[in-house]
Amino acid sequence: MTDVAIVGVGCTKMDEHWTKSLRDLSTEAGALAVKDAGLDGKDIQALYVGNMSSGRFIGQEHLAALAADQAGLIPIPATRCEAACASGSLAFRKACLAIKSGEYDIIMAAGGEKMTDIKGPEAIAALMGAADQEWESAIGLTFTGLYALMARAYMNTYGLTRDELSQVPIKNHFHGLKNPLAQFRFEVTAEQVARSAMIADPLRLLDCSPITDGAAAVILVSDRVADRFKNPIWVKGSGQASGTLALHDRPSLTEIPATQIAAKRAYDQAGVGPQDIEVAEVHDCFSIEEILAYEDLGFAPKGKGKDLLLNKDTWIGGRLPVNTDGGLKLGHPVGATGIKQLIEIVRQLRGDAYNQVKDPRIGLTHNIGGTGATALVHILGKER
Amino acid sequence: MDIGIVGYGAYVPHYRIAVEEIARVWGEDPAQIKEGLGVLEKSVPDKDEDTITIAVEAGKNALLRAGVDPKLVMALYIGSESHPYAVKPSGTVVGEALGLGPHLMVADLEFACKAGTAAIQCCYGLVKGGVIPYGMAIGADTSQGRPGDALEYTASAGGAAFLIGKDPLALLEHTLSYTTDTSDFWRREGADYPSHGARFTGKPAYFSHVTSATQLLLERTGYKPGDFAHAVFHMPNGKFPVNAALGMGFARQQIEQGLVVRRIGNTYSGSSLLGLTNVLDIALPGDRILLTSYGSGAGADAFVFQVTDHVLDRRDRAPLTEEYMARKEYIDYGKYARLRGKLKV
Amino acid sequence: MESAPLYWRLKRQKYNLIGTRCVTCGESFFPPRSFCPTCRRRGRIEEFQFSGKGEITSYTIIKSAPKGFEQFAPYTVAIIKLDEGALISGQVVQGTPATIGGRVVPVFRKMYEEGKEGIIHYGIKWQVDGTAAEK
Repeated sequence: MTDVAIVGVGCTKMDEHWTKSLRDLSTEAGALAVKDAGLDGKDIQALYVGNMSSGRFIGQEHLAALAADQAGLIPIPATRCEAACASGSLAFRKACLAIKSGEYDIIMAAGGEKMTDIKGPEAIAALMGAADQEWESAIGLTFTGLYALMARAYMNTYGLTRDELSQVPIKNHFHGLKNPLAQFRFEVTAEQVARSAMIADPLRLLDCSPITDGAAAVILVSDRVADRFKNPIWVKGSGQASGTLALHDRPSLTEIPATQIAAKRAYDQAGVGPQDIEVAEVHDCFSIEEILAYEDLGFAPKGKGKDLLLNKDTWIGGRLPVNTDGGLKLGHPVGATGIKQLIEIVRQLRGDAYNQVKDPRIGLTHNIGGTGATALVHILGKER
Repeated sequence: MDIGIVGYGAYVPHYRIAVEEIARVWGEDPAQIKEGLGVLEKSVPDKDEDTITIAVEAGKNALLRAGVDPKLVMALYIGSESHPYAVKPSGTVVGEALGLGPHLMVADLEFACKAGTAAIQCCYGLVKGGVIPYGMAIGADTSQGRPGDALEYTASAGGAAFLIGKDPLALLEHTLSYTTDTSDFWRREGADYPSHGARFTGKPAYFSHVTSATQLLLERTGYKPGDFAHAVFHMPNGKFPVNAALGMGFARQQIEQGLVVRRIGNTYSGSSLLGLTNVLDIALPGDRILLTSYGSGAGADAFVFQVTDHVLDRRDRAPLTEEYMARKEYIDYGKYARLRGKLKV
Repeated sequence: MESAPLYWRLKRQKYNLIGTRCVTCGESFFPPRSFCPTCRRRGRIEEFQFSGKGEITSYTIIKSAPKGFEQFAPYTVAIIKLDEGALISGQVVQGTPATIGGRVVPVFRKMYEEGKEGIIHYGIKWQVDGTAAEK
């Protein structure tokens, strides 16, 4: 079986890029990744692009060919992958599988989203394309609303308080201080979170990830060519699972089964368990989701996720730092997010992260689409 | 033939605005207005309520009381001056929402405040002629008064539905109408608010038509005012129906139960009909009820009903009018202006 | 989303709460499914009328609304466990505020308008029982 390694990474700043188009951003990220790998563009044999909704955000479909065109990569095959906010991880997984098939040795997996060309309410409606259009979107739900339904159910069942939930943005904003690519770089206090604008009760502005433009790219190679590169980071496990598209179709609002199943597959493939993970990027699109992820990924027992925050376990310097780059609250260009998470773990394992954890050998990324209709978990390792 | 009201239903939105609150905004004396109009407060529909949704809720209640298979209801006429569409009937939405059709005659009617009673007459004729087994007549409105106009104190929202057929809880003994061309109140296509002829809406309009129709009906049937347990006259305010009734020789207690205007305002096409539902909620078998509606433009429809034993077992199958009138939440003028689309956004 | 055919196709579920049920396993589906995910090809799907009565399992109040819903905000959305078994998300109208475990009954309301000149979409929302004067 072929093994896959990541040998180059590139990421734009997460920002409202008024002067840059999706073409500019994806080309910029791709060029950075190629340079980081020490390659030339003509070495790339295929391109996989994660993007959620360029049709609704910028009126542009057929995005993979456009990205290949703009990056000077034609005529290599270019494929777009879509699984809402998990599109980036999906593109990465498809690229891994393509290498494992034996067809390619060097692939670029990228993700990007340009979200600020349309107004807020239109962007909220576009994002709702990831939910059940006929019953969730059609009754006026928003993504903040969907996660608010989960947050209220969780708070009601497990007694999570406002201030405990606020530990997620407090930690991630602190982590993001050192990240020059973060959209926001300021600390927040529990009081500031509790007083920020209500978006969908009980979730407030500082519980939410922002509307962001950005792109990210990685270079994947097969073990046949990996020794040509310095510092390859190995893909140890890749798990993907699906759940019901509509949140209301799930018997429990306080867990995401697709995460649990994707995690089990990734752990089994990697031959590790949650206790072996030393650094992780989890999908904190809204504060509550980071706590759900702790539990669904096996980092904490059900209902005890908050303990990892209160004990500072998931803070930098703790036993399992999570979202060391600041997480999604410091930028969530949905199609780019999965790739951006992988880049952070690659940097942590290579030892060149902005907010470096001490000598981690194994890390995990967790990326979900919608309210968990798609979940992808990847485990990366320093050693093959 | 044994034809009349087989089931009836009321609906009134839950928001209220008090006369005091409207008077405060316009610098008027609320005591004078309450005295002058005989209205204390009026109902206000929520942002997501309109004539169609009010008609559906009232219609559901009528079907519940009647206990009739909806597929046997083969006509639906909805009277309103605030149909949400200028072109596309309210009746098609309401019909499907009530589970009627598709073998269903539908038309939206408009005759200012009396299109709902005109709908009853349409259904009555079709059932009596043997064309259909049951027909549903609904009067519903979310009426608007121009800000600052006297109408603003009364123009409100609500509706009532009546299933017309055999085996009724109130037998329709007789009905007739009195109609002339009298421009007392109107709204042109595309205009947001109606215009009216102020005092011209009184004597030559409301009183002339209501009295003529009622007296014609009394002549035709041979009944005298004293033969009725209850009488309901259209309620543009709390004063006109009282004066009309007393002027024709009806006593105060005969009209008391039907005078819902004080608490909910003038629900236009729902107005006299909500008076009737409130009467049916307490009427006894054998009671005779007189109903005279009025529609500007102008006309009046008069009816004689006689309550049957069925009222006793059907009444409690759906909420009483009083329950809708009693559940309420007061709002200020700012919220009222927002809900009624009076703010330019 | 603006579409006449889309909502026309959905009107029986949106207006009348007609879902489906698998005769083989007895599970009811709202919104309707045309294929039973449990029994798969052994499943037999038939239409099923829901009463609309149920219980709130969670709720939120949307302040920041998507396009087309701005004029209604703030509004409450809940997940409702219908008495016949299925779970559905729906708006809870004004009146008694939503609570977890609160009983609700269906009401017919305007869902949203396609602008000032477009189609008005209607459907079922929910009201906390007791405010509905429902029986």
